[in-house]
Amino acid sequence: MLRYTIRRLIQLVGVVLVLSLLLFAWMRLLPGGPVSALLGERATPESRAALTKQLGLDQPIIVQYFKFLGRAATGDFGVSTGVQPGDSALEIFLQRFPATIELSFFAIVIAIAIGVPLGYLAAKRRGGWFDNFSVIGSLIGVAVPVFFLAYVLKDAASVGLGLPSQGRQGDINATRVTGFFTLDGILTGEWDATLDALEHLILPSIALATIPFAVIFRITRAAVLDVLDEDFVRTAEAKGLTAQLIRRRHVLRNAMLPVVTTIGLQTGALLSGAVLTEKVFSIPGVGQALAIGFERRDYPVLLLLIIMATIVYVVVNLLVDLSYALIDPRIRTR
Amino acid sequence: MALLEVRDLTVVFQRKGEEPFRAVDGVSFDVEPGQTVGLVGESGCGKSVTSLAIMGLLPKRGAKVTGTVSYDGTDLLKLSDREMRDRRGRDLGMVFQDPLSSLNPVVPIGLQVTEVLERHRGMPRKEAMIEAKNLLDKVGIPDPNRRLKEYPHQLSGGMRQRALIAIALACRPKLLIADEPTTALDVTIQAQILTVMKELVQDLGTALVMITHDLGVVAGLCDEVNVLYAGKVVEKAMRHPLFSEPRHPYTHGLLASIPRLDAARGEKLTPIKGSVSDNIPWAQGCAFAPRCPNALDVCVQVTPAEEDQLGRLLRCHNPVVPGTPAAEEVPV
Repeated sequence: MLRYTIRRLIQLVGVVLVLSLLLFAWMRLLPGGPVSALLGERATPESRAALTKQLGLDQPIIVQYFKFLGRAATGDFGVSTGVQPGDSALEIFLQRFPATIELSFFAIVIAIAIGVPLGYLAAKRRGGWFDNFSVIGSLIGVAVPVFFLAYVLKDAASVGLGLPSQGRQGDINATRVTGFFTLDGILTGEWDATLDALEHLILPSIALATIPFAVIFRITRAAVLDVLDEDFVRTAEAKGLTAQLIRRRHVLRNAMLPVVTTIGLQTGALLSGAVLTEKVFSIPGVGQALAIGFERRDYPVLLLLIIMATIVYVVVNLLVDLSYALIDPRIRTR
Repeated sequence: MALLEVRDLTVVFQRKGEEPFRAVDGVSFDVEPGQTVGLVGESGCGKSVTSLAIMGLLPKRGAKVTGTVSYDGTDLLKLSDREMRDRRGRDLGMVFQDPLSSLNPVVPIGLQVTEVLERHRGMPRKEAMIEAKNLLDKVGIPDPNRRLKEYPHQLSGGMRQRALIAIALACRPKLLIADEPTTALDVTIQAQILTVMKELVQDLGTALVMITHDLGVVAGLCDEVNVLYAGKVVEKAMRHPLFSEPRHPYTHGLLASIPRLDAARGEKLTPIKGSVSDNIPWAQGCAFAPRCPNALDVCVQVTPAEEDQLGRLLRCHNPVVPGTPAAEEVPV
């Protein structure tokens, strides 16, 4: 198990190196660039040349790349030119990362907490009205674009329910420890801050949760349907076990493998969905920084944020693979 | 009074947009305490459905069960889901056909044994583990302490079936139903499993309903035998008279189709021609008539009634005369 984990982590280093090279080249091939973004279209050729030189963009891409690698090894990922000009890319990442993680975490928790039980119930009542209704509902969940739903929630629910229509901003008057708004309140005992942060998270996390919810629901339903037909469920019934125990120990435990896989794959959907959700709810997270970074061609920030997102995705899926062994003993012995 | 009295048990499967299907059609039989009763027949004759109906394990939607199944005087078919759950595993145990798929692959064997003890005998986990070890020991699983911690895929087929027998007998039910318990096992293991079952059933005084298509199993185990064809009992007799003098042409055909070790080289087997038809045609005439060497004109017109003939029940217009050798060629 340990060897497997180490091997996967070494693979991750390779992935990051290749990805960073590709990103590096791709971004420089995009039309426009930080110089135009900073100076505007009417800048004199002299000032453009001076800034290009100052940013080091006059050198060949491969030289720039190795210089970047050299600096990155010391923890210097460059200075932002567009998102928050002058701040270091790492600083921007550290500021914004907690908000995105918080948002994604709550979204996936909502998706699991509703998707798994609903999927189980739908499978139990296959063909009934509840099943049909929730299958259609999940189709809508997948089909409705996140940004559309986000606007609907923002405008309708925030007015109707009095919930905040924007995400928590960084300017709140509370002690910061970890950068996670919800966690900081608990750590410092400022409960009102945690409560306030949660309130601000409700609508954005629901908007972000819809697609993962729909996918988790459908996979759970399919997996439970498969398991319900298994002989060992009939054995469990023949033992006269309570319905709850059969559900927990015999049905859900066996149905969890495909569901856990899906949860891992949905981290990708969460990260891309976060870009849209953060934009709509003005949450100062990674997604928002990515959107601004693309508009203003902020190479260092984009590079760092995309690589970090990749690392999160790979690590989450590594955890998923490791959890297989916990769920299924047949994988453990292999 | 018999321990189990099955009267006129009928199971009709009804699916939307399809003809209702009578899988079991008025089956009646008794099981006395400690007795071993066989239900014999080929695939699709309704023997498994009968057992599932007794256990209350048929799907609630789509399967209509009528008749009575009285266990110790209570009609099991009238019990609520909750009451039936209390009885399954405690009063009635069941062993299924495929020991690998019948055990949960992600739960250790020990827990799969103890959960039934915890449920019905109210044992705490620790005590139940000790009892589980004894049970595995009793069904002949070597090194039970190690096996308790293992998962089904780490056990051999024979050991898995032994574990399932241990589970079914854990609460010392008065009735055990075994649905083709040896079919998925190889022949040497089959014999071992049957021996274990026979001994345990005798030790515990458990009555056994043995469902099988294998007449060898019946010969070695059963006191009384019910031969099922297309959802009805066609012949019911004690073991010895049934084997020495099969009267129903179907029973006769089944026995005649068993290959014999002392047969001459190159001698052909004697099969029963044809196969069970899809829908059960007892409404008009005998369901076996199209395959029957003894069929008369009356057989395809009048459904034969169950008649008591010298201590055996028979459903046939033209039974086999005692002493007839294997069936002749049947025109199909």
